[in-house]
Amino acid sequence: MKDRTLIITGLIIFIALVAFPFWYNMGKASPQPDLVLTAKAKAAGACVMPTAYMRANHMHLLDAWRNSVVRDAKRVFVNPQGKTFNISLTKTCLDCHSNKAEFCDRCHSYASAEPYCWDCHLDQSKENK
Amino acid sequence: MNVKYMYSLLAVIALFLIAWIGSAIGLKPLFGIVFPYVAVMVFIAGFAYRVMSWARSAVPFAIPTTCGQQKSLPWIKPNSVDNPTSTGGVVLRMILEVVFLRSLFRNTRMKLKESGNKLAYNLEIFLWVGALAFHWAFFTVLFRHLRLFTNPVPGCVELVEKIDSFFRFEVLYDAVKVALPGVYLSGIILLLAVTYLLLRRLFIPTVKYISQAADYFPLFLIFGIAFTGILMRYFLKVDMTSTKELTMGLVTFHPTIPKGVGSLFFIHLFLVCVLLAYFPFSKLMHLGGVFLSPTRNMRTDTRARRHVNPWNYPVPIHTYEEYEDEFRDKMIEAGLPVEKMPEPQPAEETDKKESHDG
Amino acid sequence: MADETPKPDELLSKMNHRPDTGQDWMQVPVNIRKGMYCYASNPKSVAYLGLPNARPWNPLEEDWKLPENWQEILFEGFRDRLEKFRSFKVFMDICVRCGACADKCHFFIGTGDPKNMPVLRAELLRSVYRHDFTRAGKILGKIAGARPMTLDVLKEWWYYFFQCTECRRCSVFCPYGIDTAEITIMGRELLNLLGLNIDWIATPVANCYRTGNHLGIQPHAFKDMLDFFCEDIEEITGILPEPQFNKKGADILFVTPSGDVFADPGTYTCMGYLMLFHFLKEKYGFDITWSTYASEGGNFGFFTSHETMKRLNAKMYAEAKRLGVKWILGGECGHMWRVINQYMDTVNGPADFLEEPVSPITGTKFENAKSTKVVHICEFTADLIKHGKLDLDVSRNDNKVLTLHDSCNTSRGMGILEEPRYIIQNCCRQFYEMPANTIREQTFCCGSGAGLNAGEDMELRMAGGFPRANAVRHVHAKHGVNMMACICAIDRAALPTLMQYWVPEVDITGVHELVGNALILPGENKRTTDLRSEPLPGMEDADEG
Repeated sequence: MKDRTLIITGLIIFIALVAFPFWYNMGKASPQPDLVLTAKAKAAGACVMPTAYMRANHMHLLDAWRNSVVRDAKRVFVNPQGKTFNISLTKTCLDCHSNKAEFCDRCHSYASAEPYCWDCHLDQSKENK
Repeated sequence: MNVKYMYSLLAVIALFLIAWIGSAIGLKPLFGIVFPYVAVMVFIAGFAYRVMSWARSAVPFAIPTTCGQQKSLPWIKPNSVDNPTSTGGVVLRMILEVVFLRSLFRNTRMKLKESGNKLAYNLEIFLWVGALAFHWAFFTVLFRHLRLFTNPVPGCVELVEKIDSFFRFEVLYDAVKVALPGVYLSGIILLLAVTYLLLRRLFIPTVKYISQAADYFPLFLIFGIAFTGILMRYFLKVDMTSTKELTMGLVTFHPTIPKGVGSLFFIHLFLVCVLLAYFPFSKLMHLGGVFLSPTRNMRTDTRARRHVNPWNYPVPIHTYEEYEDEFRDKMIEAGLPVEKMPEPQPAEETDKKESHDG
Repeated sequence: MADETPKPDELLSKMNHRPDTGQDWMQVPVNIRKGMYCYASNPKSVAYLGLPNARPWNPLEEDWKLPENWQEILFEGFRDRLEKFRSFKVFMDICVRCGACADKCHFFIGTGDPKNMPVLRAELLRSVYRHDFTRAGKILGKIAGARPMTLDVLKEWWYYFFQCTECRRCSVFCPYGIDTAEITIMGRELLNLLGLNIDWIATPVANCYRTGNHLGIQPHAFKDMLDFFCEDIEEITGILPEPQFNKKGADILFVTPSGDVFADPGTYTCMGYLMLFHFLKEKYGFDITWSTYASEGGNFGFFTSHETMKRLNAKMYAEAKRLGVKWILGGECGHMWRVINQYMDTVNGPADFLEEPVSPITGTKFENAKSTKVVHICEFTADLIKHGKLDLDVSRNDNKVLTLHDSCNTSRGMGILEEPRYIIQNCCRQFYEMPANTIREQTFCCGSGAGLNAGEDMELRMAGGFPRANAVRHVHAKHGVNMMACICAIDRAALPTLMQYWVPEVDITGVHELVGNALILPGENKRTTDLRSEPLPGMEDADEG
């Protein structure tokens, strides 16, 4: 019957769409990217906050930092360990993580996140080249 | 008491706890690998099974509901969408129905007015708005989730993400830090719409009266899914990179449970698995069924083109011959034409018959 | 019967659309109430048709005299229909109970009985479907909304499937097009397997099978009745039409519901047909024949089962073939046209012995009817008027302020909306539409369709017709409407009673009665009265003189 062919065609299209992720990636494993720590970062041993916290919450910290500087003119961050840091993306964060492409971008592009940091801040690693 | 919603609420709470406890006591591979695969298989196989079971049933008659002027005389403008005589018209009708829930747009609410002796019908747009918001938001949320299941992420997914998070309203206090990264409107709308659909089931008397546990369950379940999703994204942050590693592992058949993925994610994932596995065996199959509804998907040119019934069978009918045999004399007397004139009969017998009739 | 029917005020005061949500509807027992149900079928009629389980029974009694294995019969019948009708299976499965249909049903609006909400009417079947045919229902039982088939459930089915007029209004509003007419048709088919019909359906069906029409009019009487109308026409116009009966070799066969031959005001519509055909014969040599064998357009078989519908409908093609006509012209009727438009060709076609219909007068090809080969008389007449073939004196209808009731079946099972309006507007000068939510595809049922226009269920009919009457009352108050036209014989039989009850100032007419009034027959006398023998506008005194 004609309408059964139509139904089966529709069903196949539907299943193909549902299974899109399975065939789109063609079974190619994509583990999370390796992040490259610069020598300086390695030497520092710890970030401003613990790594696990930074992985999930760095965007909040950065935003709080921005507000602190821009709105309140406060430039000092004290972490729970009592260590103080200069609040600055360029001078603090990017001082250690000077390799944006191998550090920031890898995760961001993996997770399809597009932070607006670079709308204003310059990627100095590029500038220096 | 009518407590059908309680069963459903309790069921969803139980599912929530099962996933929470399960992932906490080290059953992460079960919740993160086994259940998702099982759920997807059940969904696809079940969906196909249900659709094919409908397809197996015959369509004996062309019974489209005509919702507009028929195509008849050339100078009368037909309504080619609501009374579609062409396949194109049917396709358009179906698109409007599936994509814009057109029939719900017609919805009115009846009210007895003026000391109860006058009926009035008001446009009742909320069900349509709520349903449209719900379905579109759900679709957008689903589509956005492709970013967790594709590498590299296709441009169209990124585009939808960008549009969805166009409005930025970051709340950043020391105590409350919400809405970073950008807020996806679809998630919020989904949660609001599902809440509305739930509330109308609970507070509109007619709707409450007809609601079954099977109506509340998916609503609570989807509420749970949207709620845990929002919680993960904006409040109890999860490690995105590790999460994606898990989801990518599933779709590339390299399943893995990376470190740093919290219980909340497993609860979210488990509720989704339940929804997927439940889908084919529930009313949610209206997703497939709406395409097969004979009152909407058939052409209305029923007098111009013959529809064939595959099981049409002969039936006993009262033929003209039988009819004439019974009424021949009366027909002749009334001057009606007959097929068979009676044999001229001997006079006495005719007399007998007449006296019998009298 | 009529005295027992509650007065309009009582009926209105009882209307409550907020069901008791503290109750589970499955726990509410069915209460078969006088005035709301129709009498059980006469066993003779059931037996004549050879339908199962003919026996005398009474719905009010505990024992319905069912066959021993009635549950098995229903189960098998249910399963059979799930396979034969995709509509049934899909509609059983996909309803989400959104409630959009709830207040669209005239019976729910009029009675406030929650089981008259279309969704719940379907749930009566669905609950059993879940129990018998779905895994969730088998395992979870009541929690999944499932229940076993019991005698109480059966009685509930019977009560509520004969409280639905299959008008399809709910189907317009359903996002999946779930059609309660389809559900009711299946429900009634199942009930018929146990011989549970109502007499107002079973006996007309038996009559129709035997004599060709629901009223059991035998051939000579049928001719007599039409001759009688012709004499009336002669009295009014001085012209005696001479209709042809069972004429072999006529161009066209005319079939109309027998209600129009039998009772006012349908009879005036019938006179309209006779005058139109006479006019066309005199002026253009139109050759049309009536048939005493296919003397019924309506099809109460449709309210029994698809099979019975087919058995009754078969006569139209059989007679057209026997007489050797070119095509069939169908009169004003609702469910007759649902059957012709959506079923006839499928069940009894293909009509390859007929020709594609062409109007012999205007040459218009009725492309839309080229396979079924049956043309609606409103299509036919509208075409005549458009081509200026009729001589009409609209002033004769000036005492009427009209509105049009779109009949359910022709609106939602066909879509003939503009044709009757065009005719009315060419025959009358005062025409007002009822509110948009109550006409065209959203039209309200007369409350008496699908075989429910009996006398004993008057309360049901008056309650079910309330939404329609309410809209009429609106245009009566606003525009002084005093006449409602319709293109359905059940409407013509049922609406006068309904109007008498709710809006006594408004009367009912068929569209072709208006044509008959306006039509100037060649050589006619100056008319002083209309077809109802009431004085024409401006002739009020002439009548007395």
